[in-house]
Amino acid sequence: MSTVTPPLPYRVAATEPETADTRSVELVPAGRELPPFSPGQFAMVYAFGVGEVPVSVSALRGRHGGLVHTVRAVGATSTALYRLREGDTVGLRGPYGTGWDLDAVAGHDVLVIAGGIGLAPLRPVVHTVLDRPAAYGRLGVLVGARTPDDLIHRKEIDDWRGPAAVGVTVDRPGPGWHGAVGVVTALLDRIDLRPDRTCALVCGPEVMIRHTARALTGRGVPAHRVQVSLERNMRCATGHCGHCQLGPLLLCRDGPVIGYDRAEPLLTVREL
Amino acid sequence: MHTDTDVNTPAPAASEEKVMGKDGMAALVGALTGRGYTVVGPTVRDGAIVLAELESADQLPYGWGVELQAGQYRLRRRPDGAAFANAAGPQSWKTFLHPSRVRQWSADRVGEETVFTADPSPPPRYAFLGVRSCDLRAVAIQDRVLTGGPHRDPVYQGRRSGAFLVAVECTEPGGTCFCVSMGTGPAAGPGYDLVLTEVVDDDGHRFWIRSGSREGAEVLAELPAHPADSATREAARAGVTAAAERMGRTMPEADLRELMAGTLDAPRWDDVAGRCLTCGNCTMVCPTCFCTTTEDVTDLTGDHAERWRLWDSCFDLDFSHLHGGPVRASTRSRYRQWMTHKLGTWYDQFGSSGCVGCGRCIVWCPVAIDITEEAAALHDWTRSRPPEDAS
Amino acid sequence: MTGLPTPLDLLSAAQSERLLAIGLDVSFPAGTRLFDEGGKADRFWLLRAGEVDLDIHVPGRHPAPVVETLGPGQMLGWSWIAPPYRWNLGARTTTAARATEFPAGPVLDLCAADPALGYALMRRFTEVVAERLQATRIRLLDLYAPYGSRPA
Repeated sequence: MSTVTPPLPYRVAATEPETADTRSVELVPAGRELPPFSPGQFAMVYAFGVGEVPVSVSALRGRHGGLVHTVRAVGATSTALYRLREGDTVGLRGPYGTGWDLDAVAGHDVLVIAGGIGLAPLRPVVHTVLDRPAAYGRLGVLVGARTPDDLIHRKEIDDWRGPAAVGVTVDRPGPGWHGAVGVVTALLDRIDLRPDRTCALVCGPEVMIRHTARALTGRGVPAHRVQVSLERNMRCATGHCGHCQLGPLLLCRDGPVIGYDRAEPLLTVREL
Repeated sequence: MHTDTDVNTPAPAASEEKVMGKDGMAALVGALTGRGYTVVGPTVRDGAIVLAELESADQLPYGWGVELQAGQYRLRRRPDGAAFANAAGPQSWKTFLHPSRVRQWSADRVGEETVFTADPSPPPRYAFLGVRSCDLRAVAIQDRVLTGGPHRDPVYQGRRSGAFLVAVECTEPGGTCFCVSMGTGPAAGPGYDLVLTEVVDDDGHRFWIRSGSREGAEVLAELPAHPADSATREAARAGVTAAAERMGRTMPEADLRELMAGTLDAPRWDDVAGRCLTCGNCTMVCPTCFCTTTEDVTDLTGDHAERWRLWDSCFDLDFSHLHGGPVRASTRSRYRQWMTHKLGTWYDQFGSSGCVGCGRCIVWCPVAIDITEEAAALHDWTRSRPPEDAS
Repeated sequence: MTGLPTPLDLLSAAQSERLLAIGLDVSFPAGTRLFDEGGKADRFWLLRAGEVDLDIHVPGRHPAPVVETLGPGQMLGWSWIAPPYRWNLGARTTTAARATEFPAGPVLDLCAADPALGYALMRRFTEVVAERLQATRIRLLDLYAPYGSRPA
C-alpha cells in the first residue's frame, strides 16, 4: 500500500514523430525514479499547468533508458504533451493499473491485436515476447489503422516480420499502399490460429475490441484467454475519484486490462 | 479513533462506562479542546442542524428535533430538551475528513527545474461530537474507499488518523431513516473513542457514556461523571431498541446487491429518470459518496501551478466524459449508476454496501425521490416478471 | 495447400469431396485482374495463397480505390449466387496467388441435385457475407478517426 504523492519530475530525453497527430516521448527521471512499470500499465502524465492524463507505456526502456509514452493530440493536455520538446519537464505518477497478464500468457501462442493507437500499450508485450521467445509459443501481431499514414511504430512493425507473423491492414489505403485493406479481424482468417493454444491481447477503440473479441471466441479462443485493455475517464488513477467505473470495476485499479470473460457482460450494457 | 497507523484497524476493546449530566457534556467539549482538538458537532444554524466548530456544549441543539420527509426538512422544538434526539442533518463528517476542495500539490518552475510539492499544511485535529451510528459506519466505509486500497489518500489519512470520534446512539429516528434495513444502527458499531446514549426521563437528562479506545477512556476519566447505574443503562438500551422499531423507511426484503445487478434493464429506471433533475444533491449529502474531480490552475507568471481536488457527482454530464462525449448521457443511466453503485457494485469495489440508511438523499432531493421506494419498485418488477424472463 | 482452416471445412468429407471434384487448381501472377465490375459472375475462388484486392472504378482516381483485401483461407466472389450474376467489384492479385476455382454452373447444378450440400454451402456463404457486412459496418464508424473530429 502506498500513499498518493505529487508527481515526480521527468525530463524529455527524446521525441519521435509517429503520425501527424501522434508522437512518442521518452522520459527520464530528473531526480527520484518511479517504481518499474509492466507492459499494459499506465502513468499519469502532467503537463505543467494544463492537466494530467493517463498514458500507457509504449516501451519500458527507450534508447536513453527511459520510459516511452506514445501520445495522440486529442485534448488540451495531450496536445501539450504532443508538443513537448527535448529537455522539457513533465510530472509523472505511476505505475498504475493491472497490465497485461503475461504469466497467464507464458507457454501459449501470443496473438497481439491492435487498432489505431491501441498498438502503443501492446508494444512492450511484443518486446517482452521477442526478448524471451523460449517462454512463449508463436507470436502474431495484427494491426489495424485508419490510413497508412496513421500507423504508429511503423518501422518497428516491419522489424517484427520474421520472428512474428505480422499482419497490417488499413481502412482507407492511399497511393503507394500495397498492404491489406479491411478490418483487423479479417486478418484472423489468414493466420494459422491455434485457438486451443492461443492467448490474445487486444487494445483499440471499444467497438473494435468487442468485434475482435467476438471474432476470437467465435474461432474457439476461450474468453478468459482474451485480454482486453479498456478505457474510461480517469482523474486520480488511485481508485479514489470514482470516474473510471465500469459496473463493478474501477478500471484504474481493476483494469485497464481485464479478461474478456469479465468484460463482455459489462460492455454490452448501454451507458453502464 | 485516534491512531497514527492504520485507520482500518478496529477499536481496542477498552471499555469504561459512566453516566453524566449536561455538565459532563460541557466538560467533554472542554476536555477535547484542552487536548488540542477542534471540536465539531451539531448546532442549529439557518433553520437546520448543521455540523460546525463548537466552542461550548451550549451550542448543541438542546431542545431541537427535526421532521423529515422526502424532499422536506423542518426543525421543531422538543419539550424534553434533548440534544441528540434529531436525525441526520444536511452535512456529514465527510465535509471535514474528505473536504469538498483541497489543494493536492503545487508545481514550480525554478530555473530549468520543475519542483512538485505536496500541500504542506498540517491536517487539522478534529474531535467529532455526536457521530450517529449510521454516520459512524459511513466513516468506516470511507476509510476503506480512501485508505483501504492499493493507494492511500493522504488528505483523508491525515485528517482521519488524528480524529477523535464521539458517537451517539440513535433514540429518535426520522421519517426518512432506514438504518435497521442496512444493519448500521440505531446502536453504534465499533470505531468510536467514546459513545453516548442520551436519556431524558423522570430521573433527569443524562448520558450513558462508554469508551471504545484508550484515549477515550482517558478522556472519560477526566469528566464529572458517576458510575453507570442499571436504571440509566436499561433506559438507554430501551430507547435504542424502541428506535429500531420506529424507522420511517425500510428497504425491500431482498439481496440488494443481486437486485441491482439483475435489474439494469428495468423500466423503472425510465420512470425515475422522468423525475430526477440530475442536480446531484443526493451525492453531495450522502455521507459515503466520495467522487472527486481535479482542477489545474496557474498563476499569472506561469511558473506556479496548483492541482486542486473538488467534490464531483456522477450526475454531472461530464463525469463519464470520454473523447467524443459522456458514456452516461441519459438521466436514466446516471441515476442507475448512482443507485446501483451505492447498493450493489460498492460490494465488488469495497467489500460492503455504500448505503448506511441515513436517509439524507431522500430528504434533500428537490423532487422527493426515495431510494427505498425505487429499490422496492425494482424488487416488485423482478417478482412480477414472467418466469422465463427472470434469469 | 496451407494448414489454414477454409470455409469448406464445415462441409462433411463427402460433401467437400464432391465439391472439390468440380474445382480447378489455378495460380496467378501478381497484378492479374481476376474480374471487373459488371462482368459476368460465373465462378468463385477459395484462395490458398497470396492476396487479392477488391476495388471500385472511380473516374479520375488511379489506381482504383481498394475497399478490401482478401487473403489465404478466404472466399473470393459471391455474385454468382444471385441475379443479375454480375460482379459488383473488381478483383486483382497483389501478389502471386494460388486458388481453387469453382465454376458457378456446375456448383449450382450440384446444389440442386444434392440439397443437403447446397444448404451447407449456402449457409457457409451466408456466414462469409455476414462477417464481411459486419466488418464493413464497423469501418463505417471510422473508429480510428481523431476523436476531436467525431460528432459528440
